[in-house]
Amino acid sequence: MRVGLVCPYAWDVPGGVRSHVADLAVALGDHGHDVSVLAPVDDPRDLPSYVVDGGRPIAVRYNGSVARLSFGVKATRRVRNWIREGDFDVVHVHEPVAPSLSILALWVARGPLVATWHSSHDRSRIMAAGYYVGQTAMEKVRGRIAVSEDARRTMVAHLGGDAVLIPNGVRVSAFASRERLPGMEADRPRALFLGRMDESRKGLAVLWEALPAVLEAVPDLQMLVAGPGDIDEARDEMPDGVGHCVEFLGFISDEDKARALRSVDVYVAPHTGGESFGIVLVEAMAAQACVLASDLPAFRRVLEDGRSGRVFPNLDSAALARGLIDLLSDPTLRREYVRQGDRRVREFDWDRVVDDVIAVYESVHTVGEKVTEDLRGQIVGRLSSRGEGS
Amino acid sequence: MNGWMVVGVGLVVVVLLVGAYLSMTAGRLDHLHRRIDSSSLALDAQLLRRSSVALELAASGLLDPASSLLLAEAAHEARTSFDEPPSERAMAESDLTAALSAALDADDIAEVALRESGAEMLEELDASCRRVQLSRRFLNDGVRACRQLRRQRMVRLFRLAGHTPWPDTWEMDDTPPPGLVDR
Repeated sequence: MRVGLVCPYAWDVPGGVRSHVADLAVALGDHGHDVSVLAPVDDPRDLPSYVVDGGRPIAVRYNGSVARLSFGVKATRRVRNWIREGDFDVVHVHEPVAPSLSILALWVARGPLVATWHSSHDRSRIMAAGYYVGQTAMEKVRGRIAVSEDARRTMVAHLGGDAVLIPNGVRVSAFASRERLPGMEADRPRALFLGRMDESRKGLAVLWEALPAVLEAVPDLQMLVAGPGDIDEARDEMPDGVGHCVEFLGFISDEDKARALRSVDVYVAPHTGGESFGIVLVEAMAAQACVLASDLPAFRRVLEDGRSGRVFPNLDSAALARGLIDLLSDPTLRREYVRQGDRRVREFDWDRVVDDVIAVYESVHTVGEKVTEDLRGQIVGRLSSRGEGS
Repeated sequence: MNGWMVVGVGLVVVVLLVGAYLSMTAGRLDHLHRRIDSSSLALDAQLLRRSSVALELAASGLLDPASSLLLAEAAHEARTSFDEPPSERAMAESDLTAALSAALDADDIAEVALRESGAEMLEELDASCRRVQLSRRFLNDGVRACRQLRRQRMVRLFRLAGHTPWPDTWEMDDTPPPGLVDR
């Protein structure tokens, strides 16, 4: 099958949806399918061969964080060309409610279209002004997928109907086989925080508040903090007397993220909300780090209510501290969680997940059918296609 | 004089707006009807695929004769019901679902899976059963969206749906044989 994938977020910026699309593309390729990915691209050098440049992304605030998206007449033209030249059997867009290439692709294409919903949103925000415009495009989607129960609920609230639940995949082997970061042998207890430091829902503040108590019990702890954001600002908000044990790694690549997870005993996820799946927990389990996470519904589901990782009440620093102390001082407990995590993570391996995705493709596709350009009711589209034809 | 002009312009604007709304809604409706058509084609293909594997399994000699007969009968019924009205077709397909569950319990499956050709057929059966489920779900999704739109007052008043028949959801039992799922 020739499959076109559309990623709404910038290819150069690591992120959940973007990694999902990249891994899906690779897994589909491994299964013998021909894949092309359309994504906003900042720096067109060194793109993997399967990625097509969808134009320069623009940074805007979206869904509580800064997202880099592509839209406008130019982007529409690129999407249109990609559809026209791609000769796809199926086009699969991701996060169709993001104001970017995905919704544009649904707008300009017709045929076997599949969409995956990734995040959970506030209903009211999406229902605002522009939504009706997107409805026509959204209604063309034949197969809907949601990566999590929360994402499914969001989708149902917006559009009615239903979606098939196919969880995120993780390339387990890619995590399990990584080396440790240089200089981080197993010589002292280590824990890791991942995520934007200046974004409150990632919960760094909750961790800061717990650290003094943890250090009292585990004085030689090294706390790694990785993620974009202003390090000086984060240092200012740190409580007194913990500075010597905190190591800031700053913004790290996907490979280094895997290596960082491999280098620590415990991965701490103090997120306070806005997470619909928690792929990072699965990645941590794949890297054989023990997981300590807040009890967000999505996290509890991934951790099977605490069977494959420890959970603490959301926003409760004292409970976080207790959990971290228990885990760091008890290797047997850690080993048990790692063992359970190892089992749990197989269910999210891309190798298994991609079969379900292919089943969806086949059930919306009829023999010989292709995705084609849709010019109905589109003045802009007609003009731009005429312009290029001459 | 001036007042009449204002009224006239107002009327023209209203007519234009209503026209734009109607044309947009007609476009949406058209999309949805097409989506239903292709989804139901896709479902047909998957149902055919499923009955083919069932027939193949029945003829393979890997099952006991009673199960083979049961399966062959149900698969044949499902195939020949293709031109019947949807309600009868759905019934025949549901019967095939039941026959598959009855003929393939966990023990049968374990036995069939021992042969190479058997394992292949089970694989194919599993794949087609899952795709039937998916296709049916996607079809019903489209039907629901379409019905919702067609119930709107403006759509009914201006008969935007034309002569396209009222869309029906496809109701059948599509549970794959339990033993096949936890294989």
